[in-house]
Amino acid sequence: MSKANSYTTGPDENGRFGIFGGRFVAETLMPLILDLEKAYGAARQDPAFLDQLQDLQTHYVGRPSPLYFAERLTEHYGGAKIYLKRDELNHTGSHKINNCLGQILLAKRMGKRRIIAETGAGQHGVAVATVAARFGLPCTVFMGATDIERQKPNVFRMKLLGAEIMPVTSGAGTLKDAMNEALRDWVTNVDSTFYIIGTVAGPHPYPAMVRDFQSIIGQETKQQMREREGRLPDTLCACIGGGSNAMGLFYPFLDDESVDIIGVEAGGHGIDTPEHAASLAGGKPGVLHGNRTYLLQDDDGQITEGHSISAGLDYPGIGPEHAYLKDTGRVTYVSATDQEALDAFQLCTKLEGIIPALEPSHALSHVGKIAPDLPSDHLLVMNMCGRGDKDVFSVAEHLNVDIG
Amino acid sequence: MQQTRLDNTFKQLGKRNSKAFVAFISAGDPDPVTSLKIMQGLPAAGADIIELGMPFTDPMADGPSIQASSQRALKAGMTLKGTLDMVRQFRTDNDETPIVLMGYYNPVYIYGVDAFIHDAKQAGVDGLIIVDLPPEEDEELCIPALNAGLNFIRLATPTTDDARLPEVLANTSGFVYYVSITGITGSASPERNVVEEAVARVKRHTDLPVAVGFGIRTAEQAGAIASVADGAVVGSALVDVIAESLDSHGRSSPETVTETLKKAQELADGVKRA
Repeated sequence: MSKANSYTTGPDENGRFGIFGGRFVAETLMPLILDLEKAYGAARQDPAFLDQLQDLQTHYVGRPSPLYFAERLTEHYGGAKIYLKRDELNHTGSHKINNCLGQILLAKRMGKRRIIAETGAGQHGVAVATVAARFGLPCTVFMGATDIERQKPNVFRMKLLGAEIMPVTSGAGTLKDAMNEALRDWVTNVDSTFYIIGTVAGPHPYPAMVRDFQSIIGQETKQQMREREGRLPDTLCACIGGGSNAMGLFYPFLDDESVDIIGVEAGGHGIDTPEHAASLAGGKPGVLHGNRTYLLQDDDGQITEGHSISAGLDYPGIGPEHAYLKDTGRVTYVSATDQEALDAFQLCTKLEGIIPALEPSHALSHVGKIAPDLPSDHLLVMNMCGRGDKDVFSVAEHLNVDIG
Repeated sequence: MQQTRLDNTFKQLGKRNSKAFVAFISAGDPDPVTSLKIMQGLPAAGADIIELGMPFTDPMADGPSIQASSQRALKAGMTLKGTLDMVRQFRTDNDETPIVLMGYYNPVYIYGVDAFIHDAKQAGVDGLIIVDLPPEEDEELCIPALNAGLNFIRLATPTTDDARLPEVLANTSGFVYYVSITGITGSASPERNVVEEAVARVKRHTDLPVAVGFGIRTAEQAGAIASVADGAVVGSALVDVIAESLDSHGRSSPETVTETLKKAQELADGVKRA
């Protein structure tokens, strides 16, 4: 693929990033998606909408999130200067709230009376349940039965927030199946319902819209780095399931050629085994959930199940813009295994006093691989997109610790 | 585009003032051999058109019945290649009954659009219904399929308003599949008078026959719907009979073929009374 003049012009009017993206949905949903595109196009130009969003980001979420110099991790690795973008300090404990606020304001604006969402780890579900509570809309969250089992604290949080949890038992009972079920609900309740998709995937305009709402991560990082170091960072690193935290950090830097950008997929038991969730490394282009992107699938085009220690990353697809950024070569995509993530999780906890979610632990493990070989004036930013409270039970299990 | 089996079927039915019974099964449900026997028996049981589901792991517009049917077929080893083989075998002794493949785009995309169109045409497929290809994505498969002489049957839904209908109908051929409810297959039953209005609305925009589906379970419902349209499509109710006929290991029983065809005959009788 030839080098683009700008990497930030996508998607085109058909929702395409190169060959990726699009609007592969049933006719019942198509008029809705066109409506949504129109409504979003108007909202993003409306100062009142943007002011309200900004006010909530400041006073409800607690933005801007700090850009923290991780002195002890830097010392430990003995190379690049490591900064953590602290989106785990947001209200609800992850970056997911950035997008949910934007979408619920849009839902209100469109006169929708009911919210649905899918969730894997439960971080997006919690964020949706939170904004639904805040804006007084009933909310149904679809969650795979397997994920409900491994993310009990988040399930209870969502219930406390007033959300109805719909367990999904089809397929392997994880994120992909939850998304199918949410789409089925949406198709049945088109008039009343707004579907808050949690990642930069789904039919156009979702990938672009979610990216825009998450881009505040990268915009803040740029400004904070300028204030701290007087220049751009040299390397950005973020974990990728669907890819919303990564897109949010990367997007404002895509045209800054000096910035090296790295996305870290979930390598599960290793990308040379069938047990992983690295769609870019181990998948090929296909069409699912409204968009064309890299998918884990067999030779017959049947979708296979992703695997990761992190429920937030085991999705067999990835946002279409990431697929495009891979094929153009602008972003480098690598993977980290379950074990590597577990090691990084413990290291960060011990050295920095920050318990990371298992998702960004994947990114941190990659930071550990590259930082030692980089010079001490190399500025490396990792997106700490979620906190690990939700993961302590499953980590204990993996470490064979009984915490009752 | 030249006349297809679909065009001929609706023309013949029109002459007799009769309505089309469109029967859906998933290819390979509950296993390839039994599925072929059911398919071969459908015309004699009164099916005017066979809609053959291409099994997919993630059938997002389908309810539990067709999801399960799709899963049974995949578990029994069905593939898109196997589905086309099934059509080929069916065609060895039936050259009249139109066959429409229905499914989702990914297996077709992975098979390769050009190869798929070529092989489908050669196997004796007449038309395609691809749920997740709206007119906005016509370049993908619809246009090449039409150019190759395959019908591309579009779904029109209650959310497809008058402003949008012309766009949906533009590259549609064979017939229009009106989805009678906003929802997934096999859910709420449509009301006759609502469907009547909807069909009239679609017909103001096209001369194509309009078949109605989603939520039709009984011979009475099939008759009621067919009386206000050009045909009625039944899927979930048929594959439910397949599901109920299976033995405790999920394998086909001696009743699987006979019971499914008996249900098809009942539905066909309902449609023919319309």
